[in-house]
Amino acid sequence: MKESQTQPVKMTGAEAVMQSLINEGVDLVFGYPGGAIMPVYDALYSVRDKINHILVRHEQGAVHAAQGYSRVTGKAGTCIVTSGPAATNTVTGIADANIDSTPLVVIVGQVGSTLLGTDAFQETDIVGISQPITKWNYQITKSEEIPWAIARAYYIARSGRPGPVLLDITKDAQFGSLDYVYKQRTSVRSYTPYPPVDPYQVEEAGRLVNLAKKPMALIGQGVVLAGAEKELIEFLEKTGIPAAQTLLGLSAIPSDHPLNVGTLGMHGNYGPNIMTNESDLLIAIGMRFDDRVTADTRRYGTKARVIHMEIDPAEINKIIHADAPVLGNVKESLPMLTGKVSKNDHSLWLEEFKACYRIEDERLISKELYPDKPQLTMPEVIRRVSAAFNDDAIMVTDVGQHQMMAMRYFKFRQTRSVVTSGGLGTMGFGLPAAIGAKLGRPDREVCLFVGDGGFQMTIQELGTIFQSKVPVKIVLLNNNFLGMVRQWQEMFFDYRYSFTELINPDFQTIAKGYHVPSVKVTERQDLDEAIGKLAAAEGPFLLEVLVEKEGNVFPMVPAGMSVEDVRLE
Amino acid sequence: MQQEFTLTIYSENRIGMLNQVTSVFTRRHINIESLTTSESAIEGIHKFTIVIFSTKGEVDVLVRQIEKRIDVLKAYAFTRDEIVHQEVALYKVPTSSLFEGREIENLVRQYGARILEVTAEYTIIEKTGHKHETQELFNKLDPYGVTQFTRSGRIAINKSRKEPLNSYLRKLEKNGVNPSAYKK
Repeated sequence: MKESQTQPVKMTGAEAVMQSLINEGVDLVFGYPGGAIMPVYDALYSVRDKINHILVRHEQGAVHAAQGYSRVTGKAGTCIVTSGPAATNTVTGIADANIDSTPLVVIVGQVGSTLLGTDAFQETDIVGISQPITKWNYQITKSEEIPWAIARAYYIARSGRPGPVLLDITKDAQFGSLDYVYKQRTSVRSYTPYPPVDPYQVEEAGRLVNLAKKPMALIGQGVVLAGAEKELIEFLEKTGIPAAQTLLGLSAIPSDHPLNVGTLGMHGNYGPNIMTNESDLLIAIGMRFDDRVTADTRRYGTKARVIHMEIDPAEINKIIHADAPVLGNVKESLPMLTGKVSKNDHSLWLEEFKACYRIEDERLISKELYPDKPQLTMPEVIRRVSAAFNDDAIMVTDVGQHQMMAMRYFKFRQTRSVVTSGGLGTMGFGLPAAIGAKLGRPDREVCLFVGDGGFQMTIQELGTIFQSKVPVKIVLLNNNFLGMVRQWQEMFFDYRYSFTELINPDFQTIAKGYHVPSVKVTERQDLDEAIGKLAAAEGPFLLEVLVEKEGNVFPMVPAGMSVEDVRLE
Repeated sequence: MQQEFTLTIYSENRIGMLNQVTSVFTRRHINIESLTTSESAIEGIHKFTIVIFSTKGEVDVLVRQIEKRIDVLKAYAFTRDEIVHQEVALYKVPTSSLFEGREIENLVRQYGARILEVTAEYTIIEKTGHKHETQELFNKLDPYGVTQFTRSGRIAINKSRKEPLNSYLRKLEKNGVNPSAYKK
């Protein structure tokens, strides 16, 4: 990676965009060409040996693919699209990346600067539109601003709590020329990405940890974003504290770690939910107390003090009051905390989680994995697929019942193995995100779980899979329903299934049309053989499984209830 | 408990900053009672003064959400007793009504207002003060035919000894970020 260019070189703005990307170490972009970005695409053509461009089928797909790439690699994902409708098509992905703290740089074409504000063809105020959903955005109207803005974009996207940055480049700025020099950015004066860790706050947190009888760690994606998995394990193993994780915190510690007690939240495990209100100390590490985790905040952590280790000052006391906030990068603060705590053992307390798990296993998990009814369940499919990949694949999901089931039943050995839309809950996220994940980690198996609803929101990306030969393994869990909404209709709207039943196309024929090998399973006896085909396939593969039509996801904390009200059926 | 807060926000002088700042309130369905913005005492740094009704807990989060915007340098929230604040009001009355008696002249004296401009047709009166004071003068002048009335947003100075941003900028410099090197 050539990070700087100190001798000025004359070039066009469009060439400067490409040079800047190369200087930032970008070798893969997702995009879709169009009028106002054509100069940039022309410059891309000249450097296509250095920058691999994946042509998606819809701009939303470009952003989700870049998200998938970022989530598995830790690098910033990059997208290039044109103005107007292309720019607005990126909005859902940008909002998703913003709420899930995914570093992205989205480069958008814009009409010529003299036409700004005149309702020109394919003009849209994308800077105004994306302002509330980007970490930073900027409109470039002069060629000489390009290296400055791109350096700033990558620095801001990657540093601190990561997030998406949008750059809107007018066509004349792409055509114009400049004396190109490049310097990677290392600071912005109005921006403090890594607040210094206050040793007194760590001291206080350490005191609370040492006093606690029933401490519980809540692991969020912040641990993964900081690359602090090792530091976390050291803290947990020294103190013997049970650790539960959020949806995005999954895979930060291996599924089979003795201190891993499962997932938090509305459809998380029984123990972590019940024990939240038994615990006397909640240690939140890189998580933000999402409402899907806390349920009713007035009845959350009712007996507990709270330590909140967090990089973003805006998260402290936003939802849950922190008795001991520890601001800063957890990669830095966790070892400091580990240094302050005494070696401990909480095996009796851990035993209470295990007892909860036995209840959950007996009343729910064993029935879902070994059903006595003929219809296939999502859990049995997911668990067998996970095993077929030696519990070591990257799990990508869409949004809905299958997502929650995948969270519950897929297993992980290494970090950065989860790509899912957590905060925004974007249906259609899965398929393009899986493409980006596979391109980011070609050495690992990438397995997508998707429902029949979400699949059809971005199904055209099968074309990207075919054209770019991306060996994604797709498991379509088809219940011919918008399952999660149907479940809520069953439970809270008196079985009034208002527009949740889907009359679906033949997905096998669609897969065939896109030249993606596929198989459909409707009977339990055929499942293992089909999963074998999925796992063995060299290229992309679609496994469609017809699952129980009206299956429900449990455990469940019903909306408005407390974590302790978690229901097993 | 809902109470009045005056927020002072310092940002880089960039296009779109106002939108960035106000969208933090829009998201939470908070109405902006008053807003003024202009360059601060420090060259190149913009200052926003915004009045809202909120709770202490919410305003603390709001301040940090505003500061989270990359180009915002610093934000502060003050309660009513932590600041001294003023607004300016301008009133236009027909000059003829000044000659009909001493009432307008008395009001100008009594309210500490002043006359800015007199023409054959109209007279412009200016008053600085709190909203209720400028409003009171309007109510008194109105029977004499106020043809235009306008009031500015609030400007405020906090009662602490120093401009808080100065010490913040010094801290940035101490930490090795040289603000003058910021120019692109």
